[in-house]
Amino acid sequence: MNILEMKHVKKAFGETGVLKDISLDVREGDVVSIIGPSGSGKSTLLRCATYLETMDDGSIEYIGNDTVQPFGLVFQNFNLFPHFSVLRNIVDAPIRVQKRSKDEVYREARELLLKMGLSDKEDAYPCELSGGQKQRVSIARALAMNPKILFFDEPTSALDPELTLEILKVIRELAEEKMTMVIVTHEMAFARDVSNRIIFMENGYIVEDGTPEEVFTSENARTKEFLGKYHYILE
Amino acid sequence: MDFLTILQELAGGMLTTIRIFILTLVFSLPLGLIISFGRMSKNVIIRTLIKVYISIMRGTPLMLQLIVVYFGPYYIFGMTISSNYRGTAVIIAFALNYAAYFAEIYRSGIESMPRGQYEAAKVLGYNKLQTFFIIIMPQVVKRILPSVTNEVITLVKDTSLAFSIAYAEMFTQAKALAASAHNIIPLIAAGLFYYVFNAIVAYLMEQVENSMKYYE
Repeated sequence: MNILEMKHVKKAFGETGVLKDISLDVREGDVVSIIGPSGSGKSTLLRCATYLETMDDGSIEYIGNDTVQPFGLVFQNFNLFPHFSVLRNIVDAPIRVQKRSKDEVYREARELLLKMGLSDKEDAYPCELSGGQKQRVSIARALAMNPKILFFDEPTSALDPELTLEILKVIRELAEEKMTMVIVTHEMAFARDVSNRIIFMENGYIVEDGTPEEVFTSENARTKEFLGKYHYILE
Repeated sequence: MDFLTILQELAGGMLTTIRIFILTLVFSLPLGLIISFGRMSKNVIIRTLIKVYISIMRGTPLMLQLIVVYFGPYYIFGMTISSNYRGTAVIIAFALNYAAYFAEIYRSGIESMPRGQYEAAKVLGYNKLQTFFIIIMPQVVKRILPSVTNEVITLVKDTSLAFSIAYAEMFTQAKALAASAHNIIPLIAAGLFYYVFNAIVAYLMEQVENSMKYYE
């Protein structure tokens, strides 16, 4: 079953076309990694899907959605609220926006913190946390809204290799729980490993869309060239 | 004339000065926020009008503004000015003037907020009012507090400008007392009053700043 249907989405900043004609369906349980060079439109695609940018043309539909906000987004720079404690960062929106019962929200938030290995940090403030801890809090904050689909915008780009692993482990666990996710990433090995689907974008178009197998063994010259560079880095 | 007598003579004026100070803040702090919204408005007419307003308030002497507010109704409309209006005129002039300064301070704070905070709030479903008052404004307050403290300290001293329309606050009385008694002590007492008043204000503002030190 499709959760998200994007059809012929176009977006330009001034004269520069960033998304030229993007159609993309995401099925329930999909873990989609979007890869591609910088400036290919990956982040803009996520920002359109989460309504942070308005598209110029096309349509975006969350199927069977009865809530205001069916999605969550995890940012590269976390964007935690610095004046809220860790716990308040997680519970405020479910209580204030979704108007859910406080008891339920606090219970769920503490379960999420336990899962993220941050139970001892619920009263800490974001400035007291490491980058990896901040990112785990921001994942918990997004999950607390019970989204049907979770977007990640380069979630490890601001982190060193150790902290990156920390976050990738969390995302892998979510994938095992069948959370529907769309991940913009430069972590090729991870993308190959965790996703059931990889999209390669270039210059505002989707060049490849297939299983990791298909994309990583693609005969497409541009895909090969891009992935070849990563092989060089990894080997 | 001993110091205690002088203080007793000035006591009424001190209360009036404190009253100007408090009322000015009560009106100008919220008014400044509204003006800062106008200053940041997408509507070019509103934005320009507010810009002109702020530039006049900051570009002309407060004493002149005070006199215009007080005598304006008479000069412009030929209205009779009752002496009761003196106190009101002081508050109007001070509030309008300080609101302009506060507006610019608010604006600098609001515009310094990273876009990510708005985006995180939007993705979590906060509406615009919630985003502003729950996410943005508390952080803005922390950022602008040192600038606000500066203005508040200036205000304590600026209250003496009410002297220019003969409003019986502390400075007006001290000057009258010094003149009638041929004695400088009332003026020294006045200086001491402003100094102690400001020391208290500075201390209180520091406490407020400290109370926000728990996050960065």
